[in-house]
Amino acid sequence: MAKLTGFLEYHREMPPRRPVIERVNDWFEVYQDFPTDKLQQQAARCMDCGVPFCHTGCPVNNLIPDWNDFAWKGKWKEAIRTLHSTNNFPEFTGRTCPAPCEAACVLGINEPAVTIKLIENSIIEKAFELGYVVPEPPASRTGKKVAIVGSGPAGLAAAQQLNRAGHYVTVIEKNDRIGGLLRYGIPDFKLEKWVVDRRLDQLQAEGIEFKTNVTVGVDIDATHLLKHFDAVLLAVGAEQHRDIQIPGRELGGIHFAMDYLTQQNKRGAGDEIPAEEEILASGKHVVIVGGGDTGADCLGTAHRQKALSVRQIQIHPMPPEIRAEHTPWPMWPVMLRMEPAHEEGGIREWSALTTHFSGDENGNVKKLHGIRVGPKPLLAPVAGSEFSIDADLVLIAIGFSGPKRAGIIDSLNLELDSSGNAKTDERYMTSAPGVFSAGDMRRGQSIIVWAIAEGRKAAHHIDRFLMGGASSLPC
Amino acid sequence: MYPVDTHHHLPPAQGLYDPKNEHDACGVGFVANINGSPSHEIVLNGLQILENLVHRGACGCDTETGDGAGLLIQIPHKFFAREATQLGFTLPSPGEYGIAMCFLPVDQQQRLSCEGVLERLTKEEGLSALGWRDAPVEVNAIGRMARASQPYIEQFFVARPAGMSQDAFERKLYVVRKRAEAKIAASDLRDRSFFYIPSFSSRTIVYKGLLLAHQIGAFYNELLDPDTESALCMVHQRFSTNTFPTWQLAHPFRFISHNGEINTVRGNVNWMNARQLILSSPYFEDIKALLPIIQPGVSDSAALDNAVELLVMAGRSLPHAMAMLIPEAWDADSTMPDEKQAFYEYHASLMEPWDGPAAVAFTDGRMIGATLDRNGLRPARYLVTKDGLLLMASEAGVLPIAPEDVEFKGRLQPGKMLLVDLQQGRIVPDEEIKRDLASRHPYRQWLTENQITLDNLPEPGRVMTTEHETIICRQRAFGYSDEDLRFLIAPMAVDGQEAVGAMGTDTPLACLSDRPQSLFNYFKQLFAQVTNPPIDPIREEMVMSLTSYIGTERNILDETPQHCHTLKLPHPILTNRDLEKLRRVSQGDFLAATLSMLFRVEEGEDGLKRALNQLCRRASLSVRNGYTLLILSDRGIDEEYAPIPSLLALTAVHNHLIREGTRTQVALILESGEAREIMHFSLLIGYGASAVNPYLAIETLESMARRGELPSHVTFDKALKNYKKAINKGLLKIFSKMGISTLQSYRGAQCFEAIGLNRELVDEYFTGTPSRIEGVGLAVLAKEAASKHEFAFRRVLDFDTELAVGGQYQYRINGEYHLHNPDTVSKLQHAVRQNSFETFAEHSRLIDEQSKNLATLRGLMELKAAAHPIPLEEVEPASEIVKRFATGAMSFGSISKEAHEALAIAMNRIGGRSNTGEGGEDEARFVQLPNGDSKRSSVKQVASGRFGVTANYLVNADELQIKIAQGAKPGEGGQLPGHKVDKEIARVRHSIPGVGLISPPPHHDIYSIEDLAQLIFDLKNVNPSARISVKLVAEVGVGTVAAGVAKAHADVILISGHDGGTGASPLTSIKHAGIPWELGLAETQQVLVMNDLRSRVRLQTDGKLATGRDVVIAALLGAEEFGFATAPLVALGCIMMRKCHLNTCPVGIATQNPELRKKFTGAPEHVINFFFFIAQEVRQWMAKLGFRKMDEMIGRVDMIEMKTVIDHWKARGLDFSAILHNPQVPGRVGRRCLIKQDHGLADALDFKLMELAKDALDHEHGAEFSMPIRNVHRTVGAMLSGEIARRYGSKGLPEDTIKVRFSGSAGQSFGAFLAPGVTLMLEGDANDYVGKGLSGGTIIVYPPKTSPFLPENNILIGNTVLYGATSGQAYFNGVAGERFAVRNSGAVAIVEGLGDHGCEYMTNGIVVVLGATGRNFAAGMSGGLAYVFDEDGQFQETRCNKAGVDLEMLFDPKDIEELRGLIEQHVEYTGSPRGKWILENWTQMLPRFVKVFPHEYKRVLGIVRSDDQVKIAPQLAASQKSASAAQRGTH
Repeated sequence: MAKLTGFLEYHREMPPRRPVIERVNDWFEVYQDFPTDKLQQQAARCMDCGVPFCHTGCPVNNLIPDWNDFAWKGKWKEAIRTLHSTNNFPEFTGRTCPAPCEAACVLGINEPAVTIKLIENSIIEKAFELGYVVPEPPASRTGKKVAIVGSGPAGLAAAQQLNRAGHYVTVIEKNDRIGGLLRYGIPDFKLEKWVVDRRLDQLQAEGIEFKTNVTVGVDIDATHLLKHFDAVLLAVGAEQHRDIQIPGRELGGIHFAMDYLTQQNKRGAGDEIPAEEEILASGKHVVIVGGGDTGADCLGTAHRQKALSVRQIQIHPMPPEIRAEHTPWPMWPVMLRMEPAHEEGGIREWSALTTHFSGDENGNVKKLHGIRVGPKPLLAPVAGSEFSIDADLVLIAIGFSGPKRAGIIDSLNLELDSSGNAKTDERYMTSAPGVFSAGDMRRGQSIIVWAIAEGRKAAHHIDRFLMGGASSLPC
Repeated sequence: MYPVDTHHHLPPAQGLYDPKNEHDACGVGFVANINGSPSHEIVLNGLQILENLVHRGACGCDTETGDGAGLLIQIPHKFFAREATQLGFTLPSPGEYGIAMCFLPVDQQQRLSCEGVLERLTKEEGLSALGWRDAPVEVNAIGRMARASQPYIEQFFVARPAGMSQDAFERKLYVVRKRAEAKIAASDLRDRSFFYIPSFSSRTIVYKGLLLAHQIGAFYNELLDPDTESALCMVHQRFSTNTFPTWQLAHPFRFISHNGEINTVRGNVNWMNARQLILSSPYFEDIKALLPIIQPGVSDSAALDNAVELLVMAGRSLPHAMAMLIPEAWDADSTMPDEKQAFYEYHASLMEPWDGPAAVAFTDGRMIGATLDRNGLRPARYLVTKDGLLLMASEAGVLPIAPEDVEFKGRLQPGKMLLVDLQQGRIVPDEEIKRDLASRHPYRQWLTENQITLDNLPEPGRVMTTEHETIICRQRAFGYSDEDLRFLIAPMAVDGQEAVGAMGTDTPLACLSDRPQSLFNYFKQLFAQVTNPPIDPIREEMVMSLTSYIGTERNILDETPQHCHTLKLPHPILTNRDLEKLRRVSQGDFLAATLSMLFRVEEGEDGLKRALNQLCRRASLSVRNGYTLLILSDRGIDEEYAPIPSLLALTAVHNHLIREGTRTQVALILESGEAREIMHFSLLIGYGASAVNPYLAIETLESMARRGELPSHVTFDKALKNYKKAINKGLLKIFSKMGISTLQSYRGAQCFEAIGLNRELVDEYFTGTPSRIEGVGLAVLAKEAASKHEFAFRRVLDFDTELAVGGQYQYRINGEYHLHNPDTVSKLQHAVRQNSFETFAEHSRLIDEQSKNLATLRGLMELKAAAHPIPLEEVEPASEIVKRFATGAMSFGSISKEAHEALAIAMNRIGGRSNTGEGGEDEARFVQLPNGDSKRSSVKQVASGRFGVTANYLVNADELQIKIAQGAKPGEGGQLPGHKVDKEIARVRHSIPGVGLISPPPHHDIYSIEDLAQLIFDLKNVNPSARISVKLVAEVGVGTVAAGVAKAHADVILISGHDGGTGASPLTSIKHAGIPWELGLAETQQVLVMNDLRSRVRLQTDGKLATGRDVVIAALLGAEEFGFATAPLVALGCIMMRKCHLNTCPVGIATQNPELRKKFTGAPEHVINFFFFIAQEVRQWMAKLGFRKMDEMIGRVDMIEMKTVIDHWKARGLDFSAILHNPQVPGRVGRRCLIKQDHGLADALDFKLMELAKDALDHEHGAEFSMPIRNVHRTVGAMLSGEIARRYGSKGLPEDTIKVRFSGSAGQSFGAFLAPGVTLMLEGDANDYVGKGLSGGTIIVYPPKTSPFLPENNILIGNTVLYGATSGQAYFNGVAGERFAVRNSGAVAIVEGLGDHGCEYMTNGIVVVLGATGRNFAAGMSGGLAYVFDEDGQFQETRCNKAGVDLEMLFDPKDIEELRGLIEQHVEYTGSPRGKWILENWTQMLPRFVKVFPHEYKRVLGIVRSDDQVKIAPQLAASQKSASAAQRGTH
């Protein structure tokens, strides 16, 4: 039972962000430390609802009121145990999750919601600090072997679950480092990479085997895996970029956002980037097409690379500053979101449709041309509202359309669903017997917490598949 | 109308009707010549008493057929001698012969056969028959239904053999009768059910039948013969809940007449059956011939009579038998002489009390008397005349006796006995009776020498300790969830009491849940409603007891020191140390065997069955080997062995030993890891366990303390102490809900209903427990155990929660399913806010389509589409349908003003009904708003607290609802903690701001069905245009109760489901009391239709109704109207926080905090949208089902069938045929409300008063007049007061505008709700409920000036006087009964003595007592003042309950002046001699006055209590107090 009147006594408070002037000059995380007593007060705001709507927001079913209570009482061991019982990697979600739970928080009906994400992150950090996070190898081995293709959050969550159930787990990653999108998709200022390494140390110590630089379908045949493993989980993500097919698209200086972000992450990790491959914003007019999270990541990255100017344009009209009427509580609200990156500068353009690019004589993009579109009728071009903006670097951040077909999918001849994602039954098994799929590859691009949830559920079904019906892993 | 069963002319069990559920209550009385001289006058007096008690009886659909009436007299020898001569035989002298009064089959052949049996058995027993006489009866004197079932009535005369004593002769007659009963019951005679012998004695004879009181003399016209003489006459008028009353169940029985109800009868009968096998008596050669002692299937009263008869026939005196069966509340009475206490304690070792409200009159023809139950829950008044007549009756004034002839007037007091010994020709006082009984044997010495206590058993060598390493595994195996620790165990360990929750329950029934449940969860507690009162176990603790005596039972017909060789347990919870003491006991007969209750889990159902059989075999063997304590233990689980559900193991052994006849030789003790919550213990005890060692719960406490899950000040020892305290308190609460006061009586009484257990399982292991929809059997129970076992023995990772999350009390996405979940709540809110029917339909789909998540019984029902659906537009409009909707009773106080008024405005706009709840209503709301809206709640509730129930409140209503029970906590009261009582709430509730308010568990004016009829009559008098509704909660038997309520003239009956969303209720009650409305409603509909009572009442139902489909199902099951509470609150913004009791509602609904109230965003439109959506859905269904009007669908249960498509591992065993049963009745019998009740107002004396006071009413002119009054004039002054309130509002008329002088005996509810400006003066006496709800008027009562006795020594007014009075004055020149000024919140009263529980729950006003009070004065009193003249110092010593009040000397001149002024006034009005004497000796008398000053009141006044100097700042104390009160909850 949390503090009865906490929500009346304390107001929502987040840790301060480092000054923009300071943080755009480095790649470290944006948030500063938060004193423990303040954090506990924040936890005390949780009302321990009879119907905790935060549950509906949370794909991993985090037991939010329970660990809020533990955090309030400073019972960090119990808190992390409860948190870990539904979420393998709270340090990732605690930093990067858009927190649908907070949108559904009951306090949010008429007061600022409980800082659930902050509390989650604080619990896991406390737990690491206090030495509560230690390797938990299984007591005995089942002798069954599982291959997991892809080392993003879905693959890693599944790996940890299956390993704990006693199976031998091998994680196969096409890149040179483990972590998938965690490693290469998310900029350091949101998730410093030692955080990923710290967790990987635990996974390794628990006995999970990692193979990097192996592309299934290229380096080894997918069918080969089936011979050596009792089950295979595919969690290769949704890497098929969505593109814009408009005149000028072929010009130089127009890149997919993910390529740009990946490169910066490699650079941050100390890798040399060949000059001809470099995508850098330094000294350039940068335009980001697409208004989502990836766009915001590009925005922050571009500022840190000292871009001359940064614009983020998107086709939809500007959302209201408060929850839109058609998305009442506890729904995920349509509203104007301010990411820390947005504080750092740049211009956001709304209701803008890119029509074509024009370039210089070297075939490099110089301008982006567009037209305004109306909220009424929605997205219809407004005559006479054409515009042009300077653009030396254009980053396309309008999402993905499922996993890449070449490679695994083709070689296993996997069935896809109508959206182009891997089709599975309710046990997460693909059309190939013994081959399972989870994460973005199965549900389409989404947030990390969904990837973890998928990985855990797939692990449960794989365990059942291997053990003949019963699983000790939570579903 | 129906085929009848073989025994009692009741219809056979069908659908949800079961004849077992019949109840009765009544009027009882007797009259006797103390000197024992017989006269015909006595008989005539008896007949007249009966006529004057008519209003205490009831009649069914046939107004000429009563529920039964009868009388018992001495054999009128003169008359029979004359008759015999005419018939050709001669009777010997009185006492030399006996008469059997016989009810026989009408069919001659069969009658002869019965006669033959009697004659033959008479001969076999060595007696000789003298002859037969047809009792001449006048068939035209009785009703149609009575005639239809009338037996042939004959008298059979038997001579006493020479040399046989009369007592021995009586025993012979008893044997003949018992043998004849058994023989004929076992015969194949078609009409054997007619055979019944009302009496067979040489001393007494019983005349009774299915009659109205006034019909007796006309029917048995020999009673009018002048030669019919008797020295005594015991009479009885019955009011039964059912309308299948029978000739045989009329009272008197052979020895007793009973007004009340034996709540523990099932246990009492079971134990009697168990112990009858070891009966022996030197008086009977072959005692087996008497079996069964309790005739199967008889009423509770008849069973009690059977038990009395056995004890008396086997040699105990009649008073001795009565004291054994219905003992006083002795164990907590420090004033009781030790000898007497020893007598009772000794007899407690012999048998358990027959517990329940009871005024029992008893006689054996030589003595006649009466006794009252330990709590005094029935009225019994008596008087003695100068010429030696004693008259006792449920009411005063049943015989016209000149005041000057009266020597003494008294009342029977709780637990006391009134006895006339006709042979000695005197009244034997209670003290003498009890002293004689207590000195029969050296009981104290016997106890000292033989009784064992835990304390004096040797310390065990080894005690089990906590095994911390395995605790999680074992908690998992026994199904502990995280919630069990947080919600149940921790609060008990910390606070010593159970936690409170809110908003009812919306999780699936155990038989529908997908999760493994404990067997305990398949049971629901029964509770008392209407036919008997629940008890307040806190404020009336003195009658409650947890003590039990265990060990081998002995022959109850004998009396030896060995009989008390028992182990005395102060309460049933054993620590590990206690248990080891018992395990190693070796004292006297005590020897313990431990039997394992584990089974091989992999063997599933077979393994479980085998283990149970083995357990039973080993139990038998242990009994044979002389073990007297059997400890059933589930210690020792491992990978292979899982625990048998402890309740199942217990009942298997219990029933096995009962069948084997050895049950009473051993005590069963549970060593259980499973038992942890209060419900578990109550079930184990209710099914026969003597004690429980909850070892895993104890270990859990230690583990929680060690892990820091309890506050640091709560050590393990403290936690254990608190936990035991909480369990014990909780048990008392559960007992008291049933109206049971002692653990001894509760044990084995099986006060539960099973939901979802199949017949095979119930018949084998829960024999006699109702279970009406079939369900799971051993296979599922084994599977549930296996599933927990598997979870237990799986490795616990740090990545795993240790225990299952639960989700019963709070929603958890991976926990138990809830109907109100984030999806449904948000969809409903979106729908009403955006006025989107589509969104609402999505919401309804989530609730209605339960294919994935079964939650409710209705979820498993399918509606049959009509062959020819009708177009939607032909269905009656939604605006008509919404008029059938009502919002739930939520008080202003439990919810905020904003929420309360929004509901009222919404309902008034759509023509539905909103309900005040029990908190009164601000009069400003009675006035319409300028925009046409009205905040007036059209339903005004009358609940047990009677807060703000004034005449003005009552007249401003369209419906008056008597809340008997509420779904979330039936059988319980509530309290509003002081911090919630702000100025406005206090004003509306007529109380003091800051002073906490208690609603008692019972209405103190409803202890029985005829009391309810009286309250209905009272309310109808105040407001004749309002319909009266009675709110019941579904439980098995609710249909029968409803039949009684219909006969008590309710206009509407509301059947609430168990899931109701009360704002504060103990968790045990939320989860485990009451049943779904589907069952309760269907049963009610069936029983009412079968009785042809349905057409007189409207039925309403409620309980988490949320969709149009819910409404349609309720209508098809029989409801005409529909109540909603949770859903409209959700529409207004409630998000099911379930913290209503904590005042922290974050959306401003269930809170009085002004800051939080600002957050309320609900609007009447939201509620209106909701109801129109519901109506729209209803219309869609109606179109599909082919109904144009809702009236057409009421009761069309044939349109429902059970879903066949759902194949759920538990639900597949369910069978709804009982719910869907459609009683076969002729077409003329209505299935919905078609006619109005006749409330019988036409004869009200008030019409005359109003006529005489016309000028006063019209023009406020003074009016003064006189008239005689009789006990049949009830509720005098109420209708007049209603009229005044209607015209003049709450301020009424100026004082003394209307003055009425009455003389005589006033009936019940004299001066009820009396309005300002009216003064009623009564010379004479009055019955119960004088000044009920007094609303500003003045009542003055004094004895007739011609009475010779001293008023202060004589009873003047009855029980429960001034109940819920809000203002006004009352002066009583004499003594009052029990519960004087209970819940007084403003009246000023003076009285010269009173019974127990005076000023209980009083919150305001002043009471002056010039004489002795009974016990427990001021219990629960939180406000107001009392001044008590404590002449002998006993008041301060023993009579006042000092838990909540300070007793002070009068220092303050203002107090002294006030007191003196009141006494002077009293003397002026009544001429009180005592008042005069006190005033004359004022200086000597003043110091003897004690001021009773409630703590809470003091706190609010800012007075620091003298003994409490530490708490200097009252505000601080207040805040502390309110914080802890908040935990206790509100209502």
